Amino acid sequence: MALARTHSVALVGVAGHLIEVEADIAQGLPMTILVGLPDTALREARDRIRAAIVNSAEKWPQSKITVGLSPASLPKRGSGFDLAIAIAILAASQALPLSSPHGIMFFAELGLDGRLRPVPGVLPAVIAATAEGLSTVVVAAENAGEARLVPDARVIAAGCLAQVAMWLRGGPVPVPPPPPPDPPDPPDGTSGRRARHMDLAEVLGQSEARKAVEICAAGGHNLSLLGPPGAGKTMLAERLPTILPGLEPAAALEVTSIHSVAGTLRPGAGLLTEPPFCAPHHTASKAAIVGGGSGIIRPGAASLAHRGVLFLDEAPEFDRDVLDALRQPLEAGEVVIARSAMCARFPARFTLVLAANPCPCAKWSSGGAGCGCSPATRRRYLGRLSGPLLDRVDVKVQLQPVSRREMLYDRGFTETSAVVAQRVAGAREHMTRRLDGTPWRLNAEIPGAELRRSFPPESGALRSLDRAMELGQVSARGADKIVRVAWSVADLSGKSRPGSDEVSVAIALWLGVPR
Amino acid sequence: MHAKDVLGRDGEQAAVKYLESCGFRILDRNWRCADGEIDIVAVERHTFVVCEVKTRSGTRYGTPLEAVGTAKRRRLRRLAVCWLNAHGIRFDQIRIDVLGLLHEGTGGFTIEHVRGVG
Repeated sequence: MALARTHSVALVGVAGHLIEVEADIAQGLPMTILVGLPDTALREARDRIRAAIVNSAEKWPQSKITVGLSPASLPKRGSGFDLAIAIAILAASQALPLSSPHGIMFFAELGLDGRLRPVPGVLPAVIAATAEGLSTVVVAAENAGEARLVPDARVIAAGCLAQVAMWLRGGPVPVPPPPPPDPPDPPDGTSGRRARHMDLAEVLGQSEARKAVEICAAGGHNLSLLGPPGAGKTMLAERLPTILPGLEPAAALEVTSIHSVAGTLRPGAGLLTEPPFCAPHHTASKAAIVGGGSGIIRPGAASLAHRGVLFLDEAPEFDRDVLDALRQPLEAGEVVIARSAMCARFPARFTLVLAANPCPCAKWSSGGAGCGCSPATRRRYLGRLSGPLLDRVDVKVQLQPVSRREMLYDRGFTETSAVVAQRVAGAREHMTRRLDGTPWRLNAEIPGAELRRSFPPESGALRSLDRAMELGQVSARGADKIVRVAWSVADLSGKSRPGSDEVSVAIALWLGVPR
Repeated sequence: MHAKDVLGRDGEQAAVKYLESCGFRILDRNWRCADGEIDIVAVERHTFVVCEVKTRSGTRYGTPLEAVGTAKRRRLRRLAVCWLNAHGIRFDQIRIDVLGLLHEGTGGFTIEHVRGVG
């Protein structure tokens, strides 16, 4: 009849909170009470844990068991607490040395047979535990690779509850069974690996658009591609990740954490070092894009594309609410989902790429031949992309259909992704040097006021921009965006400051006029 | 008589012996009314105690103590009041105890006694 204490982690968004798990065994009829705001999956833990303990050849105490999860006010969900609760009960019933599980973080689901099962969110959980000074963590074997990504964590990977119990009694450190072969990729289109089979050189006849994609990759600018079907919009967007530089260690940890919480991380995949590419279908709901859900708050496509590319193909077909929900993360770089009990934050700093047909029948091009849509229909179709959203798109490209002759001609001039990626990496280097000591990494992230104060273009370079503003072609926000793109163009060509040429290019890209 | 009833009767007999050895005074056994049955009615010092006896031959269908659920505890409390009313006696303290008896191979019982359950 005693009290035992151990630890686990509750996740709110991608932030982990250390939870103290206490088990008290008292005189009384056998029953188990779980207190501390558990959700349904966690309440079911009672029955799971009991079966797991009995099937691990341990004794289930025949008395009144009270399990408390504190802080009690924080809502807890999921099955990651199973192992911590089971160990606390075993320790309280003195089947394990009473103080042995103290100061260790347990994070795994239990099978009825006592096996440890992997759970989503191990990476942020281990980060939270080590930040609170608990360096020893026990996870399921399948999660071990993910947990070991945290540098100063001592990871104990176990196959079953009996192994953990033996270890806590002073036995050997558990040796997990060999992991099963890798399952296939999750079917959500967030895999960064498929980019490897693609190359920018495959997009023929769209040299302007290729250049625009390169500028966007360098400075992290949002892009919209407008053009008839078959012109190469989707091809271009899908090849944007192939020219992006790999993720820095801190960013990689952030991205991997988000994918860990979402459960889209393949076991054994390790740290995600390539920028993610996320292409949700146009029937996606608002919760699927920005994140949400009742009870369990999951990151949406915007967060899964953090530090990578969010590609909305057939953008006008998306619900208007869904598109407009992206405005706030585009501005703030994070999604805040507020619920009555808590507020979850997911980072969402992505490069937005929109692709759209010029009209519903998709036949309209500069010539206008074969298109039956009236100008009003066309306007209405593109009008579904709201002004405020388009105002946040820095680079707008109109693609023209490519003729056979152009394709043959262009074949001699296309550059491979590797060549372009090198130029992009060079531009990023300029950027990093210039932005050293500021919280920003990319041209697109610099706030307007700071841009005007610290990073002005060459004197006289803004004359054409001033004229465009006087004509009402460019808003004040648009002017800032143009200067940012001009900086990226300058970075790509190795100039120390953008001149009037770079500003002109940026204005043309902003207005989206075909040249 | 079925084997399970024999087991139950033997168990109750063992429980009575155990309670007497603990200093309980047995007032009544197998008292029935419209609401149900009380296995043992006893007094420990100045406390009126209603005892439920559960006897099992093994734990294949759960331990004897687990077999006493919330509904059963609530009924025992009601029955305690029924007994007191029927006999016109008043006590300041009323308690419900559960005795779980597990039949051993040798013929004896292991007894688990949980006091004050309801």
